[in-house]
Amino acid sequence: MRDYVTFLWRVWRLSWQGSVKYYAWMSVLTVLVLIGLHAWARQFVDGLQVTGMTNQVSWGAYIANFTFLVGVAAAAVMLVIPAYIYKKEHMHEVVLFGELMAIAVIVMCLLFVTVDLGRPDRFLHMIPPFGVFNFPGSILSWDVIVLNGYLLINLHIASYLLYSRYRQQQPTKKFYIPFVFLSIVWAVSIHTVTAFLYVGLAGRSYWHHPLVPSRFLASAFVAGPALMVLAFQIIRRTTRYWIGDQPIFTLRMLMTVAMIINMFLLGCELFTEFYYPTQHAAAAHYLYFGLHGHSGLVPWIWTAITLDVIGLVLLASPASRQIAGLNLACVACFVGIWIEKGMGLIIPGFVPTPLGQVVEYLPTLNETLVCLGIWAFGALMYSWMLHVAVPIMNGSLRARPELSPSTL
Amino acid sequence: MHPEPQNEVSPKTIEQVYQPLTRRTFLKGAAASMVGLAGLTAALKPLLELESGAITLDDLLQKHYRELSADDLKRIMAGIADKTEKEHGVRPAVRDLKPLDGVEFGYALNLTRCIGCRKCAHACLKENNQSRDDANDIEMSYIRVLELDKGAINLETSNVYYDPAKVPQKDKFYMPVQCQQCRQSPCTKVCPVQATWQEKDGLVVVDYNWCIGCRYCMAACPYDARRFNYQKPTITKEAINPNQSYLSNRIRPKGVVEKCTFCLHRTRDGKYPACLEVCPTGARVFGNLRDPNSEINYILNNKRVYVLKEEVGTLPRFYYFFDK
Ligand code: SF4
Ligand code: SF4
Repeated sequence: MRDYVTFLWRVWRLSWQGSVKYYAWMSVLTVLVLIGLHAWARQFVDGLQVTGMTNQVSWGAYIANFTFLVGVAAAAVMLVIPAYIYKKEHMHEVVLFGELMAIAVIVMCLLFVTVDLGRPDRFLHMIPPFGVFNFPGSILSWDVIVLNGYLLINLHIASYLLYSRYRQQQPTKKFYIPFVFLSIVWAVSIHTVTAFLYVGLAGRSYWHHPLVPSRFLASAFVAGPALMVLAFQIIRRTTRYWIGDQPIFTLRMLMTVAMIINMFLLGCELFTEFYYPTQHAAAAHYLYFGLHGHSGLVPWIWTAITLDVIGLVLLASPASRQIAGLNLACVACFVGIWIEKGMGLIIPGFVPTPLGQVVEYLPTLNETLVCLGIWAFGALMYSWMLHVAVPIMNGSLRARPELSPSTL
Repeated sequence: MHPEPQNEVSPKTIEQVYQPLTRRTFLKGAAASMVGLAGLTAALKPLLELESGAITLDDLLQKHYRELSADDLKRIMAGIADKTEKEHGVRPAVRDLKPLDGVEFGYALNLTRCIGCRKCAHACLKENNQSRDDANDIEMSYIRVLELDKGAINLETSNVYYDPAKVPQKDKFYMPVQCQQCRQSPCTKVCPVQATWQEKDGLVVVDYNWCIGCRYCMAACPYDARRFNYQKPTITKEAINPNQSYLSNRIRPKGVVEKCTFCLHRTRDGKYPACLEVCPTGARVFGNLRDPNSEINYILNNKRVYVLKEEVGTLPRFYYFFDK
């Protein structure tokens, strides 16, 4: 117990130690977080009228970001599976960073849902035993369970491994291996359940489509690893923790496969919608070509598709065997899928409305600032976790500094 | 072999972590915390503008409507009346009307007769105290009247913003759409906190004091029948209808969903819905589906009846029919 308090104390101390660059980066993020918080406080007082949402388009940028990020969080399994199931040694050195990323991203997801609520002051109504939980009827109730569960599982695994490493002890398998396997299943579940949020709505034909969950999964397994590839390079460049090229290129392979599947499914979707367009194709028509003179999403989706294609070509070609080419592919895929899974999936669900009205949606400045604040908060959390985790991982922060770090 | 990283956390930094806190680091940390705290206060400043009474402890502790005792409910309704009086200058009579035994409400609308005058949409606003900027602002009305091209019932090409000098237009027909009080209602199924549910008489209601404003029900409704209070409702003193009930037309709080309840504060009291009474062509028929002799059952048994979006499987209690 005393050891643990010392541990926390040292972590706290370490959080405040760092180079000028570290301070500058964290300060910038903090300022962005505060700006976002300010925008949210405004929204809390004035109501959701400060957003671009309407009765017709009743979900917007918040839910779009939420949906996208659930995918990114789930993609931590792309490290866990090779590391633990295929026992790829080189993945073990990075798997923890993937789990930490999942933690930060899930927290962002929960924040995005919270800022979307009209009555955040009543959030306890969602949490048993204080509230009335609509289980198993409401998929949103399922989502509350699976998201928080995923957060807890990853928190447990990551903190257990880190604490063992800090004490220079071999982690006891039975305390974490079962959770690792649970986390694999669970990652798929957060994804699927989130897709079911939309697929379950029979009144919205754009969402009521069995391909949605599979496309969801495929695109997430591109966007998540893309972010990790970029993050790993930052880690190896700025810290004393060497990550080899091997894990990065393993991720490249996984991304390529996932991207091919994603694009194939996209093709299937486009064929179904446009080869013989029914009334149900109106939303897709709005998204890709505009409807009744409204075409707000058209530039977005074509940007996304262009980026996706660039990403796929780069990934599949030798160009991405070079780190620079791979990075370009990652950025293209990440942004492309962010648009496609966010604005491209959520907004057309509401346009046209079930009664045929076309009302367009664009996020307002206030809404954008709230989103920015949450992204900054995620980055802040992840940076902080890395700042603390890396010295533990490489043995320089340990329970008994007088012993040499190599005893493990 | 590895390039030396430009390290963030050098071994020297780590050394410091093991040392006891020096005065200097302590002061540094304290200063940083002060700056952070100041930033936080500045960020949260808009919260100061919250009206007093916007969120009270009582609100936060209130239970779900169906778990309230009669006394609690009475106290809460008195509180609602107080608040309305304070904020709008009118003291409403807020009641709680329970569903009647042996009653299941149904509604039918004659598409041959409807002329698209939108009187029902306006009457709805007057009756139900929705938020509105002025008398022409019918966005929050529970009824949307669609103008459709003759020859098909194609919602895809419908128009709700039609504004000709005179209705009806020759090549058009009109279709008012409001909550269909679905027997298999997707909106109640998806609500994560059961803030919306079906009552015994088939009416789908919302507990405005329980709804968390997630708007999942709006996404689920295939009839665009739900409205959200994006702002604190705006309504003038003169416009307020003081005959109110807890589950229907009392003034709503900001940030919750609302919808048509077939005017339950009227219909559970033996009256007709406001939209029916105002209809100049008598296109609307309302009644008890469980009473074999009711007019609504006559229509269902003798007219050609159309159910909107039957393929979605919602089994509406709202029907459209034709004269010829
Ligand atoms: S019409 Fe919409 S709001 Fe009314 S019961 Fe059906 S799903 Fe619910
Ligand atoms: S907006 Fe309110 S009534 Fe609708 S699903 Fe959410 S909590 Fe339930």
